[in-house]
Amino acid sequence: MLARGLRDEGFEVVYTGLRQTPEMVVSAALQEDVDVVGLSILSGAHMTLLPRIVDGLRAQGMDDVLVTAGGIIPDVDIPVLREAGVDRVFGPGTTIRQVADYIRENARPHENG
Amino acid sequence: MTASAEASAREGSSVRGRALADAARSGDRRALARLLTQIEDRTSAAEAALRILYPLAGKAHLVGVTGAPGAGKSTLVASLVGEARAGGRPVAVLAIDPSSPITGGAILGDRVRMQAYAGDRDVFIRSMASRGHVGGLATSTVAAAAVLDACGFPLIFIETVGTGQSEVAVAAIADTTLVVQAPEMGDEVQAIKAGLLEVADIVVVNKADRPGADRAASHLRAMLTVGAQHDRALGDRPRPKRPDVLLASGMAGTGVSEILAALDRREAKHGAGSREQADGTRLARAEAQLAGILAERLHQQLWDPERAAATEAVLRAVADHELDPYAAADQLLVSVAKGGRDGPTSAT
Ligand SMILES: Nc1nc2c(ncn2[C@@H]2O[C@H](COP(=O)(O)OP(=O)(O)OP(=O)(O)O)[C@@H](O)[C@H]2O)c(=O)[nH]1
Ligand SMILES: [Mg+2]
Repeated sequence: MLARGLRDEGFEVVYTGLRQTPEMVVSAALQEDVDVVGLSILSGAHMTLLPRIVDGLRAQGMDDVLVTAGGIIPDVDIPVLREAGVDRVFGPGTTIRQVADYIRENARPHENG
Repeated sequence: MTASAEASAREGSSVRGRALADAARSGDRRALARLLTQIEDRTSAAEAALRILYPLAGKAHLVGVTGAPGAGKSTLVASLVGEARAGGRPVAVLAIDPSSPITGGAILGDRVRMQAYAGDRDVFIRSMASRGHVGGLATSTVAAAAVLDACGFPLIFIETVGTGQSEVAVAAIADTTLVVQAPEMGDEVQAIKAGLLEVADIVVVNKADRPGADRAASHLRAMLTVGAQHDRALGDRPRPKRPDVLLASGMAGTGVSEILAALDRREAKHGAGSREQADGTRLARAEAQLAGILAERLHQQLWDPERAAATEAVLRAVADHELDPYAAADQLLVSVAKGGRDGPTSAT
């Protein structure tokens, strides 16, 4: 859904599938040299998975990659996740346009020429 | 930008390109990934990197994998990767998906089937969107493959959906082209329409765990035999290849080692060591690459700020039927050839 929407906003979206381990996410982000990692977590494991992904990205030198999350994440957890290095948590009811605008404003720019 | 600012920006990106090339070659996977982004974005850093890496490439076996949407290409490639890894070989995959012609966006979904190798640094998988480049898809793909080749990947799979001409063309620039078919009826007709069988070195009837696969395989073999007889009747005319037909199931993993063995046999026969038949492929690949780069360079020249107004005037004359397009093309070529050294592009 989100992948479709972002494609229509002009993004190239690498879709990796459901139930990814942090290692899979980090490896895909590294090989694809992505600008943004978007994670949808419905399992309730966001407090363990998200920090592990952020740490994994940092360990690979990908500090400049934007990390965003959505899914079912209670408001109380957001400050802790932000502290852990998650750049943005999107709540329920966020529109695709909002996500796209956020990425356009915050992702690292590409060089031209 | 002034000419000198532009020159120093270009110098900066050559330095960056060379640094990325060196790091990628010494095994830095993040540098490799970032270099591939430069290749996709067609930056001058990429050109500088290729100047170093291209001479080191030419050793890998490039295997194009194409076929109708959903034929099971990615699943099969994932199995082939596993098979090659079991033998200890590093493997790379370039998975190409189409860009939306309207928004320029793309969903790159092939990776989903290949996530099992996340912990293995000798498997490198990269998705690429076809984008709407003037130079065509072939140029970036061949450049990306050359980078992977120079970075020590002896086996490189290039997956494209076999629907559009450019995708089929990409498959055809590989050393070996695998066409993947699902056993469903009608697939063969589709494949013929798309010109897929003409570029195939090996046809895989995939999803052999499903009913109908054997029949589809014998049907294909029969069709290809008739085709070959017809070709002989044509005498000296260029003949399409005569592909082998293999049965496999990418999902169950059956028939996969046979495919890899067939690939290796082809490589032993036509590979980098041998000159004869593979020459045609290598020349075709060089031509596709150069054609793309020439078109791109020409485009840059024509729309250079110094020349854009003149180019546009010629365009208008053609649109208004005041000038025929062939005369217009000749006029533009002559003008570029004469004035090609003028303007800011001469700052190097
Ligand atoms: N029964 C069976 N199903 C398979 C096999 N290989 C793939 N599939 C299924 O076919 C569908 C498409 O598989 P993919 O590997 O993504 O096919 P693809 O050709 O890469 O697809 P596109 O890249 O979208 O064109 C998936 O639902 C797979 O589970 C197989 O060997 N047997
Ligand atoms: Mg696929």
